[in-house]
Amino acid sequence: MSRAGQAPAPIRPTPTPTQETAPTYTEFHPRWYRPPISTYWWLGKSAYVKFILRELSSVAVAWTVALLLVQIRAISRGGDAYTRFLHRMSSPWMIAINIIAFAFLMLHSITWFNLAPKAMAVRIRGIRVPGLLISGPQYMAWIAISAIIFAIVLTR
Amino acid sequence: MNIPMIEMQVARYSPERDAQPYLQRFEVPVKPEWVILDALNYIKDKLDGTLTFRWSCRMGICGSCGYMVNNEPKLGCATFLSQYLPGPIKIEPLSNFPVVRDLVVEISEFLEKLKRVKPWLIHENGNGAGEYLQTPSQLEEFRQHSMCINCLLCYAACPISGLDPVFIGPAALALAQRYNKDSRDQGAEERMAILSHPEGIWGCTFVGECTKVCPKHVDPAGAIQQYKLAAAMEGIKQFLMPWGQRQEER
Amino acid sequence: MVNKETEPIFWTLFSAGGVVAALFLPAQLFLFGIAVPLGWVHAPAHAGMLELLQSPITRIYLFIVCSLPLFHFAHRFRYTLYDGLQIKHLNEMVFAGCYGVAIIGTLLAAYLVVTV
Repeated sequence: MSRAGQAPAPIRPTPTPTQETAPTYTEFHPRWYRPPISTYWWLGKSAYVKFILRELSSVAVAWTVALLLVQIRAISRGGDAYTRFLHRMSSPWMIAINIIAFAFLMLHSITWFNLAPKAMAVRIRGIRVPGLLISGPQYMAWIAISAIIFAIVLTR
Repeated sequence: MNIPMIEMQVARYSPERDAQPYLQRFEVPVKPEWVILDALNYIKDKLDGTLTFRWSCRMGICGSCGYMVNNEPKLGCATFLSQYLPGPIKIEPLSNFPVVRDLVVEISEFLEKLKRVKPWLIHENGNGAGEYLQTPSQLEEFRQHSMCINCLLCYAACPISGLDPVFIGPAALALAQRYNKDSRDQGAEERMAILSHPEGIWGCTFVGECTKVCPKHVDPAGAIQQYKLAAAMEGIKQFLMPWGQRQEER
Repeated sequence: MVNKETEPIFWTLFSAGGVVAALFLPAQLFLFGIAVPLGWVHAPAHAGMLELLQSPITRIYLFIVCSLPLFHFAHRFRYTLYDGLQIKHLNEMVFAGCYGVAIIGTLLAAYLVVTV
């Protein structure tokens, strides 16, 4: 519908009509529809839910560090403080929270090790190293380190 | 022979008439080899000629026919109707883009982002005078990222593209990496200023959906994460040792 | 505070913190959060734990294991608040809150680890 002989005007993104401004129709230019994104956008797809859960595992990480700090403080203040700390950790609520936090920590570790190969394009002689060769050693290191921590602490 | 029919719910939006899109229902025959594009053309030919949608090559190379099929971004020419029996199939325009009309979305913002990352060979020889030698393994480094057909399915799948319209986005960042990894290219430094930016790679939180929906297996998520590592090391170097800056851009 | 010069640093802290958290924290939480309270193992005696904590290697280890994961949390949670709740307009507050927690935690860890 452009005037004969003239090139059509270049498309420039116009300011989108918001709730406040009344939508006006610019001749020869359509009124774009931009749907608003709901706060619950992530509930729409299971992939998004898994993503948000993975991100929320960072809260469990912070929680574990907080517990570690409390534990260090308890130990350094003496045997009574340590016993009180152990007692508080045995309350049913604490155990429940820690089981949930542990599940999130596992989610963090597993997703972290599985994503690592995608973030690194390692090539040996031009052939891309398969992902398992990158995440495999990380899982081994995880198991080895956990075993060492158990051994060191439980033999006190 | 009894041809099954399937219900298609197609989003309609006419900017002159409607305040927002609505779904219109059509009954479409499911011939065995038919794809979404065949169904849409059937609707346009026989049922409602006003339906508007983009398509071109119908073989998965032009990148025009991206739609949301049952809330998943898909190419219309590459998605078979029969896998959705008994139906219904909901077809909507690609998410995270403004809707111009029916299934047509406005992509000018994407084209601007694409240009911004300088997706061309930058070489001190200027316009590439002379020949470059490149081994097959050097080609292999970036070949995967060069397969992009700009279908924008990754932008529809990426939640950050929706939440943050200034995010440069998976396809543009993958294309930048295609040139960064190209052995003939010398423009990595120039692109770093544009890419290593909250609107660029740092906006990405590695959801990974872009790689999942890509019909050409470009792996934009991998491209972005690999670049994060390189950009982080470069950024820390510049932070700790700001002297000895690179030359001003010519 | 959030600009293209500083983002690489925050991302690197996030990355390092993520690796440390993935490798070390599950075992730590499992020990005193689940195994000991549920009686699966005996809690080590206080004297032994104190001696363990006073070794310089343990002090350094604990400082790293407490500090880096907090920066991992800060970065990730900051982005979750932006994307999940879409509160970009509270940019500065969210940033200060998240990294404030990380810095306070790091200082606490340093203090505790030195004064054991």
